[in-house]
Amino acid sequence: MEYVNPLTGFRLDGRRPNEMRQIRGEIGVVAKADGSALFEMGNTKVIAAVYGPREVQNKGQQINNRALVRCEYSMANFSTGDRRRRPKGDRRSTEISLVIRQTMEACILTHLLPHSQIDIFVQVLQADGGTRSACINAATLALADAGIPMRDIVTSCSAGYLCSTPLLDLNYIEDSAGGPDVTVGMLAKMDKVTLLQMDAKLPMDIFENVMQLAIEGCKAVAHYIREVLLEHTKQLECHRGA
Amino acid sequence: MRDLQLSLNQTQRVRLQVALQQLQDLASQAAASSSVTIADTIPVNNEDGILKGHGTSELDGQVVATLCGVVERVNKLVYVRALRARYKPEVGDIIVGRVIEIAFKRWRLEINFSQDAVLMLSSMNLPDGIQRRRTAVDELNMRSIFEENDVICAEVRGFQHDGSLHLQARSQKYGKLERGQLLTVPAYLVKRRKQHFHHLEQYGVDLILGCNGFVWVGEHLKTGEHDMLDDQERRPEISKSNKIDDEEQEWTFTPLEVRHHICRIANAVRLLSALGFILTVEAIIDTTEAGFSSNIEIKDMLGPEFYVQIVEREVQRRISLLRKKG
Repeated sequence: MEYVNPLTGFRLDGRRPNEMRQIRGEIGVVAKADGSALFEMGNTKVIAAVYGPREVQNKGQQINNRALVRCEYSMANFSTGDRRRRPKGDRRSTEISLVIRQTMEACILTHLLPHSQIDIFVQVLQADGGTRSACINAATLALADAGIPMRDIVTSCSAGYLCSTPLLDLNYIEDSAGGPDVTVGMLAKMDKVTLLQMDAKLPMDIFENVMQLAIEGCKAVAHYIREVLLEHTKQLECHRGA
Repeated sequence: MRDLQLSLNQTQRVRLQVALQQLQDLASQAAASSSVTIADTIPVNNEDGILKGHGTSELDGQVVATLCGVVERVNKLVYVRALRARYKPEVGDIIVGRVIEIAFKRWRLEINFSQDAVLMLSSMNLPDGIQRRRTAVDELNMRSIFEENDVICAEVRGFQHDGSLHLQARSQKYGKLERGQLLTVPAYLVKRRKQHFHHLEQYGVDLILGCNGFVWVGEHLKTGEHDMLDDQERRPEISKSNKIDDEEQEWTFTPLEVRHHICRIANAVRLLSALGFILTVEAIIDTTEAGFSSNIEIKDMLGPEFYVQIVEREVQRRISLLRKKG
């Protein structure tokens, strides 16, 4: 199957190879959570809620000099084309929970919040490829909304390699083509990679190009997320008044 | 808005937009407050040394924010004041909390902090009002003072060396709160002031604005009277059960009018917190009065019309404030 039109160079959904899908972020979507956010990348839609820092629920897990970060990833029954019941804690969701937890833990200043626990819940409302990235971006927004101190903003974006072209931000069709899918998560300002996943083989030189593309994507996402956050902060401050 | 789901009609939407725009214009007029987001560089003058406060860290020799909020500068100190975050306790704060656990000689309270607060049996006045050592009997009777899920008002006593927070309730004004409503609002909407206990005489209602963002609206109690009378008078009368019933009923009875007032004030608080306006007694009374003067029913105080009205009212208030200043 041709994922990139050889004549025009456009992809199946009409994007250029180095073009991202439209992104949208919204803060404050869950009333009772300490922080919450909705993040969309094209048709992928993810909701994240952060509770905490709060008292550790399971005293055995308490860490004395830093906060305990927990993360739970789930997919809504209606998120994919075929509606099906998804058991909690299957291999895929445990793995993604772990990935998100590690990525977020790397940027949260956990040593400032000893004896406490931070819970991150992310749920995929609509899946169209790149749920991993969307979840990380949503979690970042939600954590920032909850007022949890962080080193930097973590953003994530995926890139792939199909029809001998590096493609940015794969959607479901491109994702299921079976080509390599590189997910990069990075601290935008510090220029540090905190997450790198690829489940296929790629030659070194091509991999570098693909990864560079994903990094560019991360930076674009970071730029947008900062705008959303700044806007939100300004609005809160302006409403609060003197 | 976070807490209220409103369906505005066309005119209301336009009015709301205009009012919100005005609010924004006013805010930019009043002061160029410098909002920052995570990892934004905070411009500082490196020559005359600075002190990095909360919400800042250093990266490549620059001061960088670690929170979303507003940069505040006090002499050399630079810090970021976070909006929407959990409560940060300071010694002497008056807080409202809920008992979640009774442990050895202490109650644990949920107070919207990153840990549970501790109220020791020894750091509160016993109901009989006598100063003495706490005995084992007192320890066994802790549930007669506060039970699980009781709402309590107390003061922050200090931090223990392990970082846990201790409270005290050594005055008649602190203690169990009954016959009213507890509202939770974001902690940044309550400013620290001299007075956090308010008796709204015109409504017969007590209002406690806890620094931790827990707001109590309840029937007015004459401080101290109830607890004292209760203990002294009841004990000899235990045999006369019907008399106690009468008294009990009188104690648990709240007049309908006061209940209405409580609900009105509670709705005013809900509305203001949903709008993100700062919660002061003046603002709450003003909102409640606005509800009275426009003859709005209690349930409609959370409706779209009153919502837009309050935003417009706030705009007017801020404009007049600016005029007074300038």
